[in-house]
Amino acid sequence: METLEQILQQHPFFVGAPADLIRLVAGCGRNHTFHAGEYLFHEGEPADEFFLIRHGRVALEIVAPGRAPIVFETVGVGDFVGASWLIPPYRWAFDARAVELTRVTGIDAACLRGKCEADHDLGYEMMKRFLPALVKRLHATRLQILDVYGKH
Amino acid sequence: MSMASIDTAAPLSDPFVPQIYRVDRVSRELPDTVALELRPIAGSRPPFESGQFNMLYAFGVGEAAISMSGDRNNGAFAHTVRDVGAVSGAIAKLSPGATIGLRGPFGTGWPVKQAEGSNIVIVAGGLGLAPLRPAIYEVLANRGRYRRIVVLFGSRSPDDILYRHELEQWRQHLDVEIEVTVDHANADWHGNVGAVTALIPHAGFDPHDTIALICGPEVMMRFTVNALHDAGLPTNRIFVSMERNMKCAIGICGHCQFGPTFVCKDGPVMRFDRIAGIFAMREI
Amino acid sequence: MIDSVAVGGTATISRGALQALLDVLAAKDYEVFGPTARDDAIVYDRIARLADLPAGWTDRQEAGRYRLERRDDAALFGFSVGPQAWKRLLHRPVETLWTMRRTEHGVTVESRYSAAPKFAFIGVRACELHAIAIQDRVLSQGPYTDVAYTMRRQNAFIVAVNCGQAGGTCFCVSMQTGPKADSGFDLALTELLDVGSHDFLVEVGSDAGAEILKELPHRPATDDERAKAAAVVARTKNQMGRHLETQGLKELLQSNLTHLRWDDVAERCLSCGNCTMVCPTCFCTTVEDRSDLSGTSAERVRKWDSCFTLDFSYIHGGSVRKTPRSRYRQWMTHKLATWIDQFGTSGCVGCGRCITWCPVGIDITTEAAAIRANPQPPKGQQHGDS
Repeated sequence: METLEQILQQHPFFVGAPADLIRLVAGCGRNHTFHAGEYLFHEGEPADEFFLIRHGRVALEIVAPGRAPIVFETVGVGDFVGASWLIPPYRWAFDARAVELTRVTGIDAACLRGKCEADHDLGYEMMKRFLPALVKRLHATRLQILDVYGKH
Repeated sequence: MSMASIDTAAPLSDPFVPQIYRVDRVSRELPDTVALELRPIAGSRPPFESGQFNMLYAFGVGEAAISMSGDRNNGAFAHTVRDVGAVSGAIAKLSPGATIGLRGPFGTGWPVKQAEGSNIVIVAGGLGLAPLRPAIYEVLANRGRYRRIVVLFGSRSPDDILYRHELEQWRQHLDVEIEVTVDHANADWHGNVGAVTALIPHAGFDPHDTIALICGPEVMMRFTVNALHDAGLPTNRIFVSMERNMKCAIGICGHCQFGPTFVCKDGPVMRFDRIAGIFAMREI
Repeated sequence: MIDSVAVGGTATISRGALQALLDVLAAKDYEVFGPTARDDAIVYDRIARLADLPAGWTDRQEAGRYRLERRDDAALFGFSVGPQAWKRLLHRPVETLWTMRRTEHGVTVESRYSAAPKFAFIGVRACELHAIAIQDRVLSQGPYTDVAYTMRRQNAFIVAVNCGQAGGTCFCVSMQTGPKADSGFDLALTELLDVGSHDFLVEVGSDAGAEILKELPHRPATDDERAKAAAVVARTKNQMGRHLETQGLKELLQSNLTHLRWDDVAERCLSCGNCTMVCPTCFCTTVEDRSDLSGTSAERVRKWDSCFTLDFSYIHGGSVRKTPRSRYRQWMTHKLATWIDQFGTSGCVGCGRCITWCPVGIDITTEAAAIRANPQPPKGQQHGDS
């Protein structure tokens, strides 16, 4: 049975992180399992955890009345789910649904935000890991919304 | 007269005159896209390289540059045509038995031979899968000559997936990696949703011995080149398929120029390092 | 008559013998074209008599300006180049490529290349010889051959003329394309006009030229006549109206594609395309597909085109080169830089037509000099090294 620290150490998000950072983050973490079709969270709910995917796939989707939900992104092993925990009012902006059996490590947002406030070095390390991943995702999203495969 | 001598004993064959072909088969791929198989009225069709194109002529309407999208071993030329204008629309409406003009094959092909012994990553976006399909057939037919084979395909939505049946067949090869993603989907789709570039980090190939073939809208190719380069691929191992306005397809009308290259004869397949300086430049 | 003059040899003919040249060529079924004054310019048209030539006329050319003026002598070739190039005859502005007929028995295509005309060009300048050779490279020596052009080219008989004066916008010396005609002709003439004599030094450039010369009254050239001819060329060489520094020009332009000068010239350029029409090397064409109302016959016609048109680069619902800035840049960088990558030589022969016939007087030599004076390469490129 792996410890939370071992699990975090192996996740691509924390590649190369020093042991004490891992320990600090693990202190806020716990594992979850979602079955296919189960929701990790819904739009509007408090964004109190962010998730590192260890196994499986999660669909990020938006619901509008009268239409089936639209999936605008799927994330898988090695990715993370959730950025709204970083910015007030800390509420999820969309739904996240497990497409298949999915195991994640959830990091308690209030716990991590508190530790980052207390230890700015930890905060900076987290930002250095989070921001590049967010920027990459932003770029990819822009390519998606350009609808380049559509007719002109 | 003092100019380089031309052999006037042999009649000069005219590269402007279309050969007459007949439509053998038509199959509907997508609501606005058909696949045509063409056979010459006389003789057999010329050989071609994956990545090359023909100029297809709709009687009285005009010509369009269409890549060959079929198996090189098939006796008929397969072309996948999307209805986006007067000429492509006229071609897409042809029925089996109809006649069509054809000039070609023209242009440069995918480096299928050059990639032997290496990993090969093929990234297609939308209709860009059509010019890559002959290369995929070639590579699968000679599986032993390549190390890892990875095909990444991005499409608009699950309904727009081109050659869906074939992608599913290719997936059955246990030693080939096929990943498909769409820009958006509803919950009926259980696959990937996201830009095709998001598939690259997960594809897991050794960037030091990989050749990449990319085909799709130019924006998609730009993002993909960047993502592959970020993953460690040198630009002289990345190949793209360029597109520009074409009239003659034989290098003498000037329309298809892209910097110092003519897309019709120095392309459409181009090694990326040779065009890296102008690829992202506006209005070149 | 004396023995035939060998290729490379010289002879002298009188003004009268020039008429004999026109007659001999006509008798051999050549369609003879030469300079003639029409519509206040000197253009190339059919000529039969010496009187058709613009004797005693010259041209005054400057950026955006062309005027004919009377000379104070009777020189037959005392002008430089007019708005038209010989490409009007070799690489025709409108050309039917083929016709197609559809019946119940099938489809037939007919290429309409039958007998090509036999042209004789009188008065081809050195820059124009180079321009013809440049178009040969594009249209006849590539992987695919323009059949019609090649046939017209092969049949053509070329009588060059060494310029007795430079035009106001000429810079053949910069481009190493003149003023002396040194190859690509059957016969080359240098007009020797003096008090009491009007002769031409003839240089034989080919066997065909030697054959024609045999049928004209001629005599061996004297050393004095050869010296006078050389002096004519030397004088012209020193009169160039413009200079283009070609050293490193290709690299300079290709590394300054985002230079602010392109914005500057874009404010002046009308995208009228005059430069491409008068340029002797511009070769771009487009095709037009036509059919009759019954749908049983169709044809394809090829026409001159210009990279300055908005549609030139049209794909996928829009044009790649939307702005006049990008189109001027395309024309100039193609002519002076990428042409070298494509065909091994510059595309410019220094004839100055683009400068003369630009309605706003844009000068390609000035634009190149402005970029050279203050290079502005783009900021660090992505994918610089791999």
